[in-house]
Amino acid sequence: MNIIVCVKQVPDTTEIKIDPVKGTLIRDGVPSIMNPDDKGGLELALRMKETEGATVTVVSMGPPQADRMLREALAMGADRAILLSDRRFAGADTLATSYALAGCIRTLDYDLIIAGRQAIDGDTAQVAPEMAQHLDLPQVSYVIDAKKTDKGFIVKKENEDCVQTLEVEGKCVLTVLASAFKARYMTVAGIIDAYNREVEVWSADQIDVEESKLGLKGSPTKVHKSFPKSLKEPGEVFELSEEEAVELIVSRLKEKHII
Amino acid sequence: MEKEYKNVYVFAEQRNGVIQNVAYELLGKANDLAAELGQKVVAVLLGDGIADKAQDLIEMGADDVVVIDRPELKDYLTEQYTQAMSQLIDHCSPRIVLFGATTIGRDLAPRLACRVKSGLVADCTKLTIEPDKDGNLDFFSTRPAFGGNLMATIVCPTSRPQMSTVRPGVMQKRTREVGKKGNIQRFEPTFDASKFKVRLIETKMNDNKVADISNAKILISGGRGVHDKEGFQKLQALADVMGGMVSSSRAMVDAGVMDHAYQVGQTGKTVRPNLYMACGISGAIQHLAGMEESHYIIAINKDKYAPIFSVADLGIVGDLHKIVPMLTERIKKELEK
Repeated sequence: MNIIVCVKQVPDTTEIKIDPVKGTLIRDGVPSIMNPDDKGGLELALRMKETEGATVTVVSMGPPQADRMLREALAMGADRAILLSDRRFAGADTLATSYALAGCIRTLDYDLIIAGRQAIDGDTAQVAPEMAQHLDLPQVSYVIDAKKTDKGFIVKKENEDCVQTLEVEGKCVLTVLASAFKARYMTVAGIIDAYNREVEVWSADQIDVEESKLGLKGSPTKVHKSFPKSLKEPGEVFELSEEEAVELIVSRLKEKHII
Repeated sequence: MEKEYKNVYVFAEQRNGVIQNVAYELLGKANDLAAELGQKVVAVLLGDGIADKAQDLIEMGADDVVVIDRPELKDYLTEQYTQAMSQLIDHCSPRIVLFGATTIGRDLAPRLACRVKSGLVADCTKLTIEPDKDGNLDFFSTRPAFGGNLMATIVCPTSRPQMSTVRPGVMQKRTREVGKKGNIQRFEPTFDASKFKVRLIETKMNDNKVADISNAKILISGGRGVHDKEGFQKLQALADVMGGMVSSSRAMVDAGVMDHAYQVGQTGKTVRPNLYMACGISGAIQHLAGMEESHYIIAINKDKYAPIFSVADLGIVGDLHKIVPMLTERIKKELEK
């Protein structure tokens, strides 16, 4: 079985702070990481590799620095890494990003494509379903379990109110939740090995796409403006004895007609 | 002649024949947008044997309802719903289509946007109609990015329809207008069953005891400082006395102490109760994104520099393990008066 895993390098958004004066994001010193849901996707692929036997290829679109994350994927156990990196991809929204990824994957041999549910920088959850549509493949999102069968896959999907079991016939795209697939660590041997292996860097010329549909030109949506979130005026903070704190809370709750 | 794209469409999500709250919220917002554009609000209802729910949508804000009532649409399945919706879009040419940012909306909308080759904005918290740079009225969708650290306003200048998924719990429903009249019509898509590659085998509903925290008027919420299940029992006792529910930060879900259904925040639920009491929650921006619209926020935390205090109306620096049980007893007495 050939499995393709789509991964994205993202800033660790839990480490991002806002400059209180300028109101801009402070990105200096914020580490770049493999997007957590994508790492869960890689973990699922590696588990299938162990149980079913599979070749795992990781594909990412991003700047040359994403090389580091792809080496992490190799060190975890992936067999091949491809980085789509080309200025012509720049400024892509989800539709143009999914188009480029689909154009790459179309040139590869695969039985299953796995992606993370959503990336922690954009939080759109749109790229994988759009990619599935470009490739004319069925999709199942919010996946918490997947098994290979003779005809395809049996997949569990987590909704707000229920867990569904679905049967997929043939090839498909799955988007997975990090919480369901706790990722393994890189092995020391894997790390050493990963630095001696090749991360293939592909340009737009190497994939099956029309150039007019890439990057900014191929993106129906545009960012009109971005701005830091305005937080409301902070309230009062008290350091009191426990007894006084309890009385203060009760009086405020009565004032607000909550009790 | 170029197609004229008009009216604001709402995908009226239903599960097991029950219209979801988010559909009513979207109808509320769609009324504002349609009024600005001088156009109509159209609800689209997909399912099997659901035509009788159309009047409900009219009373909650739709001018028109398009019903697609077919056995293929009994349960939500991506391809079936995408075929029905894409044919409807081709036929009706909507200006705007709104979906709830639920596991259904966020699965369907991108598939559909790619099929009709238009732009989609995810998980919006604000939708407006404003003049663009040429003075023409356009549709602006605002959403949190970078884990809620930044807000981005996105436009879709040339492609139609303009599509957005909208976070549940953010927009306001309208008051029901009983007996309101509207136009209800049916739409019959042609299904290509050869593309139906996914079959639903089983649906296991979550434990009913896991009531929806987004409906709670009072939430006693716990974070890392609660430590464990015993800690949450103290919060539960307070919630019981006050007629509220317990919720959780992501940390306690990741630690396996609380179920994901109780999680508030960017990857959990958005809540706006009358009272949100954050106990031992430091207040990562992802958590604040899910609760800062609460009417009254009390935070109890040992660390006086915890970011949660920046959104709290009342902040108490102290030990929740002592304060919460005392408060429970005190409120019990207060309510017995």
